[in-house]
Amino acid sequence: MSPPKSKKKTAVKKTGQPSLEELRKLYYEMLMIRRFEEKSGQLYGMGLIGGFCHLYIGQEAVVTGINSVQKPQDTVVTSYRDHAHMLACGMDANGIMAELTGRIDGYSRGKGGSMHMFSREKGFFGGNGIVGAGVAIGAGLGFGHKYSGDGGVAIAYMGDGASNQGQVGECYNMAALWDLPVLFVIENNQYAMGTSATRHAAGQLYRRGEGYGIPGEQVDGMDVFAVQTAAKQALDYARSGNGPYILEVMTYRYRGHSMSDPAKYRTKEEVSTMKEDRDPIANVKNMLQERGIDEAELKVVDKEIKAIVAEAAKFAQESPEPSEHELWTDILVESV
Amino acid sequence: MPTQILMPALSPTMTEGNLAKWLVAEGDTIESGDVIAEIETDKATMEVEAVDDGVIGKILVAEGSENVPVNDVIAILVEDGEDSAVIPSPSETRINSVEKSKISPQSVRDDNKENLEATNRDILYAQGVIFEPPAFDEASFTETINQSVRDALRDAMSEEMRADDRVYLMGEEVAEYQGAYKVSQGMLDEFGARRVIDTPITEHGFAGMAVGSAMNGLKPIVEFMTWNFGMQAIDHIINSAAKTLYMAGGQLGCPIVFRGANGAASRVGAQHSQCFASWYAHVPGLKVVAPWSGADAKGLLKAAIRDPNPIIFLENELLYGEKFDVPVSDDFEIPIGRAKIERAGADVTIVAFSIMVGKALKVAQELAEQGIDAEVINLRTIRPLDRYTILESVKKTNRIVSVEEGWAFAGIGAEIAALCGEHAFDYMDAPLVRVCGADVPMPYAANLENLALPKPKDIINAVRKVCYVD
Repeated sequence: MSPPKSKKKTAVKKTGQPSLEELRKLYYEMLMIRRFEEKSGQLYGMGLIGGFCHLYIGQEAVVTGINSVQKPQDTVVTSYRDHAHMLACGMDANGIMAELTGRIDGYSRGKGGSMHMFSREKGFFGGNGIVGAGVAIGAGLGFGHKYSGDGGVAIAYMGDGASNQGQVGECYNMAALWDLPVLFVIENNQYAMGTSATRHAAGQLYRRGEGYGIPGEQVDGMDVFAVQTAAKQALDYARSGNGPYILEVMTYRYRGHSMSDPAKYRTKEEVSTMKEDRDPIANVKNMLQERGIDEAELKVVDKEIKAIVAEAAKFAQESPEPSEHELWTDILVESV
Repeated sequence: MPTQILMPALSPTMTEGNLAKWLVAEGDTIESGDVIAEIETDKATMEVEAVDDGVIGKILVAEGSENVPVNDVIAILVEDGEDSAVIPSPSETRINSVEKSKISPQSVRDDNKENLEATNRDILYAQGVIFEPPAFDEASFTETINQSVRDALRDAMSEEMRADDRVYLMGEEVAEYQGAYKVSQGMLDEFGARRVIDTPITEHGFAGMAVGSAMNGLKPIVEFMTWNFGMQAIDHIINSAAKTLYMAGGQLGCPIVFRGANGAASRVGAQHSQCFASWYAHVPGLKVVAPWSGADAKGLLKAAIRDPNPIIFLENELLYGEKFDVPVSDDFEIPIGRAKIERAGADVTIVAFSIMVGKALKVAQELAEQGIDAEVINLRTIRPLDRYTILESVKKTNRIVSVEEGWAFAGIGAEIAALCGEHAFDYMDAPLVRVCGADVPMPYAANLENLALPKPKDIINAVRKVCYVD
């Protein structure tokens, strides 16, 4: 199969309406991410979460859409804006929140924090605090899939800022050279911290694989179905032994880069336009309402999610800090 | 139930801030995500978003208020129709959640891992405890062949690859070219292109990929043509390989060997002549190994490949062609963390690693002719350093010289000097003397390069100095 040329925006094939069940599921998953992130922001404000905390609010459709078409053997790695990816791959909200508060019941026993959580069981290989490093690790996960022949695809998420890192180009080259099953996902939220994509990136990010023969595609990341359709095609392509694929997903973060970023580099109008006209959750909510789901039923869903998130926050505050002994464990796999 | 809206912390260091502006008034209905106020921190003016839905029942801190402590109640949110008349004052309701959590009765919990006694070697090492190195009966491996360090390395890799399909070799020129220094000669033929993989010249990328594959269940051996080029990859070695186990709370490790030629070769100039022992030895989460002999090379590389941790394996180009007697057994594995006394002696201890071990042994012969009986320790492992063997030796000889090709500042000799000062001060008859490379980038000119590297005469002078002979 010759690689398809890079293309801008997938025309979402209307192969029929998504089922009501599918709509409900995607709505639930996206809303869970948003409420979880709002709660994280609140706990940060209370001093319960320290250091850096990067929220995913506004970008929910990206990971939700891609996750909805993954297979269980697929693996995921992303950058520091990672809470949503963990929720999407089925990691427990309590364990994630407890890691954010630095407690023993967190995924990393309180020793990792917001950017450093992992779950081998769920195929999630971090969170990474070094911009671009996760992309090489993702290519390596793909190498592992090919080497062991387990039929998995590695999904390596990066931001628009990370896509400029040298190692990303190095990994495009090797992934293409060795036909690795890797889906590179550029979550283009338009800003590398405070520098807009127009000021940091020459050319089009989805076309950066062209020289290596990697097909690329730009897709509307505020539309969960557009993401889903494109991701399904891209994953099929990579899984069939054709090598890597690049998806540039155009999205937007409503909050600053991290909790302490007032985001003065963009206008209030820009933010409010995205929130009011393009919100991925509101879009699906409208679709649900058009299909006859009333406000009361949606309120029940919201309540259910809020209860889960509130429970996670409670759990994360009640879990004890790691014991002092934990300082010394897990430096090396113990040699007895 | 009324919900308290607290003064939020909006940066890792903020303890108080100014409530610049309210964007809502009492009686307003709000939804989570709505911007309700602007707060000035020491760095910026930030917008505060509502987390819950409801009606603003009461505003407790007026806009324009300065130095409002984090976690003071600034407003009360009520549900429709709720009464917000009885509201406690801010000072009474201040919540210091972090302090509260510290005194939580659950702070002590029953957990096997937490109750683990500190008997584990790695933990003891991290805590600076001195303990005997892992046991090893080297003399029991009697059947040997005479082979080059190069072939010993190849045999170590090949034996381990035969035993475990997860092990693979990746690097520049390792396959079709048979290795830039011919270390992987014949391996492509035996194992095929799936397991012996030529990479493009992209150390940063392929080191990161190898780490990812290790996380995904494989056991990579990454060859850097020389460690000078490994610097391109140092972020993945340290941030991705060394730290992941800790950051993951022990859930996910990285079994990987990074190997290649380290230190000066001959007339290759500053960018290609550097010892990285102290760079990597600085990092918890790594093990650093530096073989000298063929037996070292084989036994340590086999141990490195079998080890579940990231290993830095520092070879030396000038040693690749040197021949030694090497045990042939598949089971010949030298424990990491154990030094070897290559020559026992009574008067002075010389500690060396890699190519300097050979120089130290030659010097010891010469010293014997001068009436000085030197003990020569081959470190074999730099981290975890075999502190026990060094200290036991210096307690016996009371004098010590360290020899390394690298720079003195914060080098391996500096670490050994500190070790002796901390643990054997009362046994020392003289301060440790370091023999190191000159504190300059490596020059190209033959005479200057010779001056920059430690020579036998430098070791002799150092020994004579600590023995107060001159």
